[in-house]
Amino acid sequence: MHAITIKNYERIVFASIPTLPYEQFVPVILEELMVNDACHCINYFGYPHDGKIQLICCIANDNEHTIHVTSTITMHGATFPSLTAHRLSFHFFEREIHEQFGIQFTDHPWLKPVRYAYNRADEQQTIANYPFYSIDSEELHEVGVGPIHAGIIEPGHFRFLCNGEQILHLEIQLGYQHRGMEQLFLDKTMLLQRATLAENIAGDTVIGHASTFARTWESLCDTMATPSLQFERALALEHERIAIHTGDLSAMCTDLAYQLGSSVFGRLRTPIINYFQEWAGNRFAKGLIRPGKTNFPFSPSLSKRWHEVIDAFEPDFIEMYDTLSDLPSALSRMEKTGIVNRETASTIGMVGMAARASGLKRDIRSSHPEGWTNITHQPIIKKHGDVFSRVQIRKEEVLQSIGYIKQILEYLPDTNDPILEMQNPKPNSFVIGLTEGWRGEICHCAITDETGNLQLYKIKDPSVHNWLALALSVRNNEISDFPICNKSFDLSYCGNDL
Amino acid sequence: MLNSLRILHHQGKQYIPNLTTAEAAGIFRGRPIISSANVDNDQLIALCPTHAISQSPIQIDLGRCTFCGECTITFPDKIQFTKDYKLSSNDRNRLIVYEGMDAPITLDANKIRKEIQHLFHGSLKLRQVSAGGDNSCEWELNASGNVNFDIGRFGIEFVASPRHADGIVITGPITQNMAEPLQRCYDAVPNPKMIVLAGIDAISGGIFEGSKALDRSFIDKYPIDLFIPGNPVHPLTFINGIIQLIGIQS
Ligand code: SF4
Repeated sequence: MHAITIKNYERIVFASIPTLPYEQFVPVILEELMVNDACHCINYFGYPHDGKIQLICCIANDNEHTIHVTSTITMHGATFPSLTAHRLSFHFFEREIHEQFGIQFTDHPWLKPVRYAYNRADEQQTIANYPFYSIDSEELHEVGVGPIHAGIIEPGHFRFLCNGEQILHLEIQLGYQHRGMEQLFLDKTMLLQRATLAENIAGDTVIGHASTFARTWESLCDTMATPSLQFERALALEHERIAIHTGDLSAMCTDLAYQLGSSVFGRLRTPIINYFQEWAGNRFAKGLIRPGKTNFPFSPSLSKRWHEVIDAFEPDFIEMYDTLSDLPSALSRMEKTGIVNRETASTIGMVGMAARASGLKRDIRSSHPEGWTNITHQPIIKKHGDVFSRVQIRKEEVLQSIGYIKQILEYLPDTNDPILEMQNPKPNSFVIGLTEGWRGEICHCAITDETGNLQLYKIKDPSVHNWLALALSVRNNEISDFPICNKSFDLSYCGNDL
Repeated sequence: MLNSLRILHHQGKQYIPNLTTAEAAGIFRGRPIISSANVDNDQLIALCPTHAISQSPIQIDLGRCTFCGECTITFPDKIQFTKDYKLSSNDRNRLIVYEGMDAPITLDANKIRKEIQHLFHGSLKLRQVSAGGDNSCEWELNASGNVNFDIGRFGIEFVASPRHADGIVITGPITQNMAEPLQRCYDAVPNPKMIVLAGIDAISGGIFEGSKALDRSFIDKYPIDLFIPGNPVHPLTFINGIIQLIGIQS
């Protein structure tokens, strides 16, 4: 057997993951596991144990709704040919493995640090001396932006190579937000601490990450979430999507200098996030998702209240959107700006809402729906891959999520389910969990040792797939269009840096 | 044009008229009250994810509390959260709420530097620095300027350049990788200048306390003018803290 085939959130015995020699590992991944466009790498990482490093690769097959896991065993500082030379979509994962363990991938075209983690292999490399790509030319100039940006946003550095106003190349350097997240999951051993960490991975994706952690943990413990817990999490996940998509439409109008859209979408977000405060006491729903239980059970009065909030929201939202999409001066800034075509999206392994805006069908809710709801999800797909496609898809997904929550509320299960008795994590286990957050595919992996202690908690925010898409999308665009392009992806810095 | 007018008409007035008396929506967890009820203190202290609870007497440090609500759900007779969102102080010790205490959290007027109220009372420009912030505090600081909260009504505004700023607002636990950019930003702000810590990550490190990836030496170097608790800070908490600091009553 070359790989073990599992389902989303399925617990397996860690030792059942095959280990292959590296010479076999690469062709198995490229030729047996990635047979078509529906197969993509959801995680590839190193797990240090027993003085060695086990590289574990997880490939999802969207058509068959399965995940294939295989591995190889190596050492710190080993040298190998890369997967990236064959499939660019591995570039981030191999860079991360290189940064953490000093493993050299000889034909990797871009083996640069991803986040300057405090426990990186080579401490000589520091964030202040990142090796930027540059071109020696009298005609070109460089523009450096960040790490601190003009607005109230997270830090990261953007280095542009420009010919006049035109961007030839953009390189994005991250790592400023690195908080040591994965190590903290091991160091902080109380379950409530770990749940709190999960909701702080990216504070704009509290439900996405916290529910992925809760489900992963429950699987580790062989505990099945009650129907009412599953229902609440699905509802909250879609509600988070509505909140952030609406806020992003406001921010994009700000970047277009369209004041009315900025104000109206901004204020429309307020009742949506206040609803989380009514439900769980926090506008970002921190505190709402807990493994095996909830402190804030859903209720018929919350259901009624949700309908009131949305009944007031929906007509205003549609009216504002229709006006925006009818405005020639706004359309001229968004159409044919920041294009990523389908082929590029597939090559670099884009995920989530931005991938779907480029015509690539990537949506965990339809491909690996375990733990979402029993609603049959039809992903919304756009063709053009420009800023306007990413605006349109947000609007359509907001309305779709509203429809889903209405369906969910019709089948409100009995929320007086008894609280689950959480068991301890099972020993020698491996779980991989996927959730379609508002940005895209969130992936967490957990591994326990022979006593059931957590040995590895691996986190992947969808942003790691899509930062390169932003860099490519702005090529040949005016540098003044960078802000609107950036906002149209709205990627996470802390989700990348961890 | 007609569309725009129709939208304006449909939106009506969205601003919150009085930001010091507005009620927080829903079950917002603000300033806690700790009763003298007898509970298993060890269990109470042990359940808190950020070690915000300590004893003799039982107390909660709002500079560490994530406001997760676990303590009040487990021990409702002992701890209750009010909806009071005025949580800020310029004195770190005033963020600690003790058993039996039910008084507003305030600033120590004697400790506010003279030039802050004198110079920034009518106009305050702030530069925000996210140093490992998780983007929830950042969203809330942005929301403070939206049409609902409209902090601009007090002449308070976030600016792009530190050279235009009167102080910095730090979010996040301060990562090693942001330590130098933060210092350089602060150095670029002209004197006199102030430092505000927004959110528990900035105040104490929050859930990240003890991580080797942090470098919090910056905040030991300078006096802090305002601590604003929250996870993230609520816009009403932020706005009330700032206007109290610069001496605007309402
Ligand atoms: S609400 Fe605050 S004090 Fe209570 S358990 Fe949570 S973090 Fe600790």
